[in-house]
Amino acid sequence: MVELVISGNYAQSYAAKLARVQVVSAYPITPQTSIVEKIAEFVASGELPAQYIKVESEHSAMQACISASALGARTYTATSSQGLLLMHELLHWASGARTPVVMGVVNRAVAPPWSIWTDHGDTISQRDTGWITFYGESNQEVLDTTLMAFRLAEHPDVRLPVMVTEDAFYLSHTVEPVDIPTQAQVDEFLPPRDLQFTLQPGTPTRLGSFVGPDLYMEFRHKIARAMERSRRVFLEIEEDYRRITGRSHGGLLPTYRTEGADTVLITMGTATTTAKGVVEELRERGKKVGLAKLRAFRPFPVEELRELASTVDRIGILDRSFTFGAAGSAYTEVAGALYPTPHRPLLRDFVAGLGGRDITPLTIHEIFTELLAGKGGEVTWTGLKTRKEVA
Amino acid sequence: MTTHEVHHAYEVEEDLPEAPIADESSDTIHTASWRTFRPVILLEKCTKCNVCWKFCPDDAIEFDGEGYPVIRLDYCKGCAICAEECKPKAITMVKEEE
Repeated sequence: MVELVISGNYAQSYAAKLARVQVVSAYPITPQTSIVEKIAEFVASGELPAQYIKVESEHSAMQACISASALGARTYTATSSQGLLLMHELLHWASGARTPVVMGVVNRAVAPPWSIWTDHGDTISQRDTGWITFYGESNQEVLDTTLMAFRLAEHPDVRLPVMVTEDAFYLSHTVEPVDIPTQAQVDEFLPPRDLQFTLQPGTPTRLGSFVGPDLYMEFRHKIARAMERSRRVFLEIEEDYRRITGRSHGGLLPTYRTEGADTVLITMGTATTTAKGVVEELRERGKKVGLAKLRAFRPFPVEELRELASTVDRIGILDRSFTFGAAGSAYTEVAGALYPTPHRPLLRDFVAGLGGRDITPLTIHEIFTELLAGKGGEVTWTGLKTRKEVA
Repeated sequence: MTTHEVHHAYEVEEDLPEAPIADESSDTIHTASWRTFRPVILLEKCTKCNVCWKFCPDDAIEFDGEGYPVIRLDYCKGCAICAEECKPKAITMVKEEE
């Protein structure tokens, strides 16, 4: 094992190399990132014997990955913001065709107005595409989760594409020490793909062709079941990763200081680290607060959340995106998951950090103050600049 | 295997492959029933240039033993691109009978 000081983007690149990806396809211009640039260097230097396909758009990049994946290649691509939006149609294709493509995404705000900073609006917009989706908190977690993503995507009980996202700049361009597992460790963890479920040259078949109203629902239900199975499979995979590398990141909904907590804040991505410090401070002052991180947004950690909620009085949700005409997406998901349970804590949605506005310890303190008081509206835009008293 | 037989082989979710993969040719699915105009080729004008075949968006043109194009009417949707592109104007669009 080697420790390198690398960005979140390079953490993705190193993970793809260690996974021995065979086909990488990417559109090289804005909003592309250094993820695929580093992979291009690996391929050019011969360190990674992969086929690198440069295409004319993100839409084509995803199509190239889907086609290669259908034939059994381990495939990878990366994008962010508008590029991810342009892929949208093909994201549905990847899950519908059951191709285990893995993609790194840098979470960035969607234009207009133009922005390049952190916001979950781009990835949340892909919620219903059938992709398993993770939000990373550190560069180490991004590298480890990307390696797990390949095994999860290719697992015979799953066979769904996986997206590993990281917050723009806070991870994508910030360097941190990252333990790089050895190739032998990764090879033990991640064997080559099982070609049993791929298209075979010499046996003509059609993938994703026409189906009538008599059977479309049944194909969708297969995806629904695979997504459900992915919960168990992911936990097994993470346990195996821990056995080999000594690291685990706590499953689908990792918690922090939730023992005896009556108030819990739910976060996604890098805001989690900031919130941990605030939770620590508040605990020292005797406040019974804790934290839970939505590491996976799909599958949504319903059971983990219900167990957590069964013993707390108040849950705040920190949303780094907003669904116009409703509320933050994490909030509506949490509310939906908890409504059928007998114990329903007070829920409050805090929309903050859009378009890369910093979520500082002060922001988190403000959120906890409101949450602990149990006052205010259902949805609050924390830190909104306005002349009105309440945002 | 006809389309009819395929549907009878797959009745419930458990019968289906995990991914939507079909092992019979798409030729079994006839897709031209809603055509309004059919292309008719005047062989005396045709120069066997193959432009109609090249432009057909649905692989609905094949060739006979002498190299003349033949419209595969089970698949042709009557888009008239072949008639538009035909340089010697050897293809005319004729309205289907009601």
